[in-house]
Amino acid sequence: MTYFNRRRFMTGMGALVGALLTAGIMSAPSMAADFPTAKVNTTKLAVTDKTVKVGILHSATGTMAISETGSIQAEKLAIAQINAMGGVLGRKIEVIQEDGASDWPTFAEKSKKLLVNDKVATVFGCWTSASRKAALPVFEKENGLLFYPTFYEGLEQSKNVFYTGQEATQQILAGLDWIAKEKKAKTFYLIGSDYIWPRTSMKIARKHIEQHLGGKVVGEEYIALGDTQFGSVINKIKLKKPDVIYAAVVGGSNVAWFKQLNAAGLNSSKQTMLTISVTEDEVLGIGGENLAGFYSAMKYFQSQKNPSNEKFVAEFKKMWGPKSVIGDVTQAAYLGPWLWKAAVERAGSFDVDKVAAALPGYEFKDAPEGYVKVDANHHLWSKLRIGKWRTDGQADVVFESELIAPDPFPKGYQ
Amino acid sequence: MFDYSMAEIGNIVVMQGFSGISLFSVLLLMALGLAVIFGQMGVINMAHGEFMALGAYTTVLFSQVAVSYDIVSYYFIFAIVAAFIVAFIVGYLVEYGLIRHLYKRPLDTLLATWGLSLIMQQTFRSIFGAKEVSATLPDWLLGSFQPTPDIDIPINGVFVLVLAAVVTVGVYIFMFRSRWGLRMRATVQNRIMAGAVGINTKKVDRVTFALGCGIAGVAGAAFTTIASTGPTTGSLYIVDSFMVVVFGGAASLLGTIASAFGIAQAQSILQFFMTSSMGKVATLMVIVGILMMRPEGLFASKLRK
Repeated sequence: MTYFNRRRFMTGMGALVGALLTAGIMSAPSMAADFPTAKVNTTKLAVTDKTVKVGILHSATGTMAISETGSIQAEKLAIAQINAMGGVLGRKIEVIQEDGASDWPTFAEKSKKLLVNDKVATVFGCWTSASRKAALPVFEKENGLLFYPTFYEGLEQSKNVFYTGQEATQQILAGLDWIAKEKKAKTFYLIGSDYIWPRTSMKIARKHIEQHLGGKVVGEEYIALGDTQFGSVINKIKLKKPDVIYAAVVGGSNVAWFKQLNAAGLNSSKQTMLTISVTEDEVLGIGGENLAGFYSAMKYFQSQKNPSNEKFVAEFKKMWGPKSVIGDVTQAAYLGPWLWKAAVERAGSFDVDKVAAALPGYEFKDAPEGYVKVDANHHLWSKLRIGKWRTDGQADVVFESELIAPDPFPKGYQ
Repeated sequence: MFDYSMAEIGNIVVMQGFSGISLFSVLLLMALGLAVIFGQMGVINMAHGEFMALGAYTTVLFSQVAVSYDIVSYYFIFAIVAAFIVAFIVGYLVEYGLIRHLYKRPLDTLLATWGLSLIMQQTFRSIFGAKEVSATLPDWLLGSFQPTPDIDIPINGVFVLVLAAVVTVGVYIFMFRSRWGLRMRATVQNRIMAGAVGINTKKVDRVTFALGCGIAGVAGAAFTTIASTGPTTGSLYIVDSFMVVVFGGAASLLGTIASAFGIAQAQSILQFFMTSSMGKVATLMVIVGILMMRPEGLFASKLRK
């Protein structure tokens, strides 16, 4: 650890003057010397004159590895790009990667290791709500910083966490409005896996359908995680004949659900379905032919056409192979390092409190998904998009909402 | 229920009936391999699900080759045979390398095979990646058969049903109508006597274990038509498999069939009238209740202990 001293201060000042001179000529990226370590790091984080350590904490093994691998890849890509541009405050980012192993207590343990032993400046990580809930007390106690990428059920806000995915109302309300208007849907069948995210989401969806859309929920069903038998549920749906199936089934069940739905004759020509749990990642397992014609409500689709997304997709494939796909959460994870960099530069410091205070209000104008803004409640303003799946596993974006404010504690929906 | 016409209710009854039979065939196929290993040898094979995943991945590999040679219509039958062979060989090696050292320590086999299942999961993840993959299915396996415009019978369900029937008959013939089966049953009933009359009991153990694994491979191949293939796919099936075998009575093939049928019908009907999770809970409660009264399962084995 380097401490402030007179000599360092003088060299620092000299470099600062020099940098100011050159900045006028070639607007060079910020140099480490402009920001002496002692000044940008008053809380003894792992920041040196040349480097800054950050943590990545996802499941690389276990059940959740299926989902979390994309997030790890996106975060590493963003960090590599930031380093290629000269790093953050002139310091290269060094990654310490820990494996949460799909086990929630392990997430808490590894968070503690990253924050206490490694003194990382920030952590990009967690995926399931359960892992975030396990790690949250550690981040609050040790005053760490966490960038969390997954769309989730809301009902949470912490000064130590930034949520780069959508909270429930951002994902649900506009999507239901669209399908009710577009398909003149009146009756809805809600189906989800049996844990907190689908249950909270369906609660919000039901209230919105009944109170704001004048529709009717004709069935609500939760499937045990990992269950792969949908015969009885599908027959119930056939009997009720809902205008729309609204689905939040996850994991291995998701694949079985779509395969069996198609095998039972309920394909997209006979049944409208809007799901909030299928991204490009899931399509790999489900198979495009089983999904074609169904709709997903997400904030990001790989097929979005804008220059920064095209660049993002190209560089992601360059780094992780031409067959890799990018889902909603992967893109949200990609935002994490960029938002952190912006916050550090706005704060002129790596100190967690200063960084957390500097980020709200920041506008990320050319994110791959488009314009996003960080709200005072640490969530992002973002748009909702509806994608219609094609057989090749990509989606056509058929609807784009206005920018939606994050509202993690929605009134009237709890 | 009075909102619906008689015709609608009739259609649902037909489809619901098939859904119960379809679940029965799935459970049976899952449990058969385990019934052979656990029932005949008393080995608790926690890696049973991973042998299914092995069969499923074999099918996926075959489908990738088939797609590149444009022979998708035919490959599936060969994939099933290959899944059996691959799982059989791996099972054979596992018995040789691991299980045979632990016959006298049944609880240790539980730990050892659980460890094996973790190793196999991580191996799948390293080779095939963490993401789930799916086999490209031939057209004749997709969609549904419609006897009337309002009744859909899923073709993949029919396929699994036929396959379950074929495998069950095959296991029956093997166990009760072949020399191998005779030796196997002799070994189960009295290992020392079987050895004394010249049966190579070690070889019998090896083939029995490998056969159980091979059947698991076939089940895994069949399940690519209805569900996903990922490194942890196997763990989805292991609980149901054990439930069927234990409920049926460990050493009885007939018990396994009866138990799969009973569980499937109960679950399918209860899930229709209750919610899906509650249906499952209710089924488990019934099973626990019956097992309390009949600890040996539905069909207790009659051999002297």
